[in-house]
Amino acid sequence: MREPVIKTEKLTKRFGDFVAVNEISFETYPGEIFGFLGANGAGKTTAMRMLCGLSIPTSGKATVAGFDVFTHRDDIKQNIGYMSQKFSLYEDLTVLENIEFYAGIYGLTDREIKDRTDELIQKLGLQKEAKHLVASLPLGWKQKLAFSVALIHRPKVVFLDEPTSGVDPVTRRQFWNMIYEASANGVGIFVTTHYMDESEYCHRISIMVDGNIEALDTPANLKKKFEADSMDEVFYQLARGAKRQAD
Amino acid sequence: MKQFFTFVRKEFYHVFRDPKTLLMLFGIPVVQIVLFGFALTNEIKNSKIVVADYAHDNASAEIINKIKASAYFDIQESLMSHEQIEEAFRSGKIKLAVVFPANFNNDLVHLNHAQIQVLADASDPNTATALTNYISSIVNDYQMALLKTQQIPYRIVPEFRMLYNPQLKGATNFVPGVMSLVMMLVCVMMTAVSIVREKELGTMEILLVSPFKPILVVISKAVPYLFLSLVNLTTILLLSVFLLDLPINGSILLLYAESSLFILTCLAVGLLISTKTDSQQAAMMMSLMGMMLPTLLFTGFLFPIENMPWPLQAISHFVPSRWYYIIVKSVMIKGLGISQIWKETLILFGMMLFFLGVSIKSFKIRLA
Repeated sequence: MREPVIKTEKLTKRFGDFVAVNEISFETYPGEIFGFLGANGAGKTTAMRMLCGLSIPTSGKATVAGFDVFTHRDDIKQNIGYMSQKFSLYEDLTVLENIEFYAGIYGLTDREIKDRTDELIQKLGLQKEAKHLVASLPLGWKQKLAFSVALIHRPKVVFLDEPTSGVDPVTRRQFWNMIYEASANGVGIFVTTHYMDESEYCHRISIMVDGNIEALDTPANLKKKFEADSMDEVFYQLARGAKRQAD
Repeated sequence: MKQFFTFVRKEFYHVFRDPKTLLMLFGIPVVQIVLFGFALTNEIKNSKIVVADYAHDNASAEIINKIKASAYFDIQESLMSHEQIEEAFRSGKIKLAVVFPANFNNDLVHLNHAQIQVLADASDPNTATALTNYISSIVNDYQMALLKTQQIPYRIVPEFRMLYNPQLKGATNFVPGVMSLVMMLVCVMMTAVSIVREKELGTMEILLVSPFKPILVVISKAVPYLFLSLVNLTTILLLSVFLLDLPINGSILLLYAESSLFILTCLAVGLLISTKTDSQQAAMMMSLMGMMLPTLLFTGFLFPIENMPWPLQAISHFVPSRWYYIIVKSVMIKGLGISQIWKETLILFGMMLFFLGVSIKSFKIRLA
């Protein structure tokens, strides 16, 4: 078995009396697309923040890209990529400047920045637009660019926080093709989503309810287990039992 | 270090690609200096007046010449009857009239006592007060000159002495005021807005997830604005020296050093605001209400602090720009050195440390 890219053991985060994340344990592997599902307020964001090194867990154990979340948060940051639903590009910078900026803050050398920028522009077919402001790009392209930028420093695992919110179905489909490509290259994908049909694209999914992981398996197995036709139904059966109000 | 420069370069792109920011950065100091210097000036120039000289002697002629020579007055006509003067006032053609009675010189030489009638249009009391003050100081000047040449035994002459500003220039007040206002505006508001914008866009998340240190994010944000503020400072100083004829009497180096201290204080305040707000509008409102208003009210360049009730005077002590205003006035106008302003400098330094400490702490809390 290969080394997991994310490994958690009873990972817990408390804010005072409130247990945001309660002893979650799971592992994800290189090239695996891991769907991280849960209603709003279930603790997804808190869990993800801990794995990204933005928040220190209260108890439990976790490693990301082989580094401990308690002691090696800086190493974790160097080895993960991150993209949120906001795409997070600077609209008043050109395509080229955005790529160079993100490559730059990850400390790539000038040589690496140049090679990877050329490669990326080539791959996305953005030669003509390279010197245009990002603001002028269509939404779908921005999203692709944002995803490519999140991978510019060759991270071992990339966190995608609802990456397809507010995007039309065609663009979503294209975006998932990029995710599959990254996965085929051995990058671990950790993705949260609200679209249940999308969760079926994942290799495995976990569903969080009230801070606990209530289910973790392949989409097919989950549907069998809950005797459901779709992931939507599975999710609904689990989320119905939630006591917390959405935040 | 290279990462740091990458970041700073990006910040400069932001500034130079946004026409609104650019306009605010470089337009505001120029507009304010010109506005305060010419339009909103509280000194009165070229006021139309009349002089009615019934004496026609040496003394009256000399005083009239002095009035003519002053830039404040523009003498319309030299002799008018009382009726004509009244008519001119009513129609608003003149602001002030000076009447020399017949035998003015004789009275002065033989009785040691002579009178001049000064009539002012008091419908605008400020202008009237200012103009009569100008006239009385001109007359006083003349009296002083007389004292030296003639043996007049005893005469009480009110002493008008305008320290540091004999011409009563308004610029001495407002240039330091505009400096603190512009620094406040640029540093507090722009820093706050530029950090909050990253939060709004979601790019802040990316930066925090990257290996780039949060403290470096803050510093790289501050560097361009520190630099641009110093450029602004230079613009203001050049304008005031060459356009308003207001010389810098003290050490320029000290002025820049003190200004940098004030800029750092402002940047820290901007950072604090950015940690407390989540939208650009909120950050802007907070900067305007929280910093601009106190700067306008409590630095003493528009409203004298000594005239305020004591609770307001007490509040003014907590406004950084008040101290900066005193420092700039001392260095620029009075030409004082650090030995005379160390107290204000220390207070400003303390404020800077306080705001920086609080904001870095709350920036960290947000991360945890």
